[in-house]
Amino acid sequence: MSTRIPLPYSPKVLELFRNPKNLGPIPDADVVASAGSPACGDMIRIYLKITRRGGKDVIEKASFESYGCAANIAAASILTEMVKGKSVEEAWKITWKQLSDELGGLPPIKYHCSILAVGALKRAIRQYYSKKKNKPKWLPEQLTPDEKQVLEEEEMIERYYKFSKP
Amino acid sequence: MSNKSLVEKVRELLRSHGRPSREVYFDLENSGWVPREVVEAMIPYYYERGFGHPSITHKPGWEALEAVYEAKELVAETIGAKGIEEIVFTHSGTEANNLAIMGTLLASRNKRGRVLVSSIEHLSVIFPAEKLGERLGFRVTRIPVDGEGFVDPEVFKAYMDRDVVLVSVQVVNHEIGTIQDVRELVGIAKDVNPDVVFHTDAADAYGKIPLDVDRLGVDLLTISSHKIHGPRGVGVLYVREGVKLEPILYGQLSSEKMWPGVENVPAIAGFKKAVELAFNDFEGNVAKMKSLRDRLLKGILDHVPDVLVNGPLGNRRAPDNVNVSFLYVEGEALTVELSLRGIYVSSGSACTSRVLEPSHVLLAIGRRHEEAHGSILFKTSRYHTLEDIEYTLEQLPQAVERLRRISSLKKQ
Repeated sequence: MSTRIPLPYSPKVLELFRNPKNLGPIPDADVVASAGSPACGDMIRIYLKITRRGGKDVIEKASFESYGCAANIAAASILTEMVKGKSVEEAWKITWKQLSDELGGLPPIKYHCSILAVGALKRAIRQYYSKKKNKPKWLPEQLTPDEKQVLEEEEMIERYYKFSKP
Repeated sequence: MSNKSLVEKVRELLRSHGRPSREVYFDLENSGWVPREVVEAMIPYYYERGFGHPSITHKPGWEALEAVYEAKELVAETIGAKGIEEIVFTHSGTEANNLAIMGTLLASRNKRGRVLVSSIEHLSVIFPAEKLGERLGFRVTRIPVDGEGFVDPEVFKAYMDRDVVLVSVQVVNHEIGTIQDVRELVGIAKDVNPDVVFHTDAADAYGKIPLDVDRLGVDLLTISSHKIHGPRGVGVLYVREGVKLEPILYGQLSSEKMWPGVENVPAIAGFKKAVELAFNDFEGNVAKMKSLRDRLLKGILDHVPDVLVNGPLGNRRAPDNVNVSFLYVEGEALTVELSLRGIYVSSGSACTSRVLEPSHVLLAIGRRHEEAHGSILFKTSRYHTLEDIEYTLEQLPQAVERLRRISSLKKQ
């Protein structure tokens, strides 16, 4: 159809695509956030259940839903595995590169799937603290590069529709 | 992780994928299998006969020349061309389209003027037109199509003018199967400018709908071997007598005046066999692909909710084409899911493309991005069986349902 690129997915991506972990909503989630948009062709929604333990906010449960390609589903799934049991502060520090490495290395054209998953997580964390009106010191005021890239992708599509539709 | 070689990565992927218990291949748009009888027609030309260069004066060369001429004669007959002088072999359909567009523009570069291509042409027409055309000072315009992919003759008339040097509109669209009324468009174009060169990409029409270059009135016409179960590596450009082209590749032009490089004679012999098989019982073959296609399309619409059909229905759709969008799922994920179930298809989703933009064809017919992302293309062939279709209709609804469960997009 359009110009094609080879996508030799890792067995890990294929395995998580076949049997995704932590799929579906958490009914009593403390926060739910999405990143991406239907028009982009990928949208990840992250659900978090957070509890206070040992003086820290800890992610007790994490789950996802994903509209997107196989890499997107695998990225969202592995992220929920990686954050489970971690403090929110530790979870914030997960990079898209770590996520990609955990997946056995995403093809470069699919890096944005990993960025989107991390972006959804960061958005959820920000929302959690803004709801609680209690911003911890480690949470930066400024958007991180991952978050900016997610915003750019979302805005690009909005612009497309603004200018291409009568 | 990335220390592994690319070969090892692909091998791991294939091991992890495994071999499904049943396999059905529908991705005949992108390529396909070559039946044994076609392969058998090729084998002698590798080491028994005709393995020489068709322009050299020895027996293996003349045998090669015989094979090339036989294939040209047959192709000429199937499209109503005057003879083998009008048939040029290239090494792919993409090359034939590039030769048609770039060869015409180079030959008419002193005229400047305009080039018209439909907005749903194959990219091997659109890109050479835009990239070379604009460099040579032509204005290149993509003509809009309606929601089913048709170029409205009235709209075309409005775009057509005396300064248009080249028009390219395909007979059958490669993605959505729209059968264009090329004959009418040629009539309009030649009325306005009798010197205009009209090219049609018939790669997806050849062997599927009857074609006759005189009836259509076209000057250039593209055919591709692997779209009719022939081997890859053979493209054809029909060039009407008197139409001027300049070569776009240089080297030792062999028996082919327009295309350098030694003819791929074994592949040409295989292509000839594939043409015979497609045309010996043309009506029977078409009736079979059409009845399987109808069964597949009806089954999808009956068993899967929230599906859009891309392209027209009825007689103005190519007999082998099913293109549907499954809402709320992303097409690349669906191609992987179906692959694990042994069903091989492709998608117009952005996620399968280099530029992360969905199919230009689907956007041109007015599909929204999210509708284009969920598109899946199936092409049926005379080699499919009713059991293949039934197996697909058993697996497909489950596959779509599973991805819809995962999806963050839900029906409102």
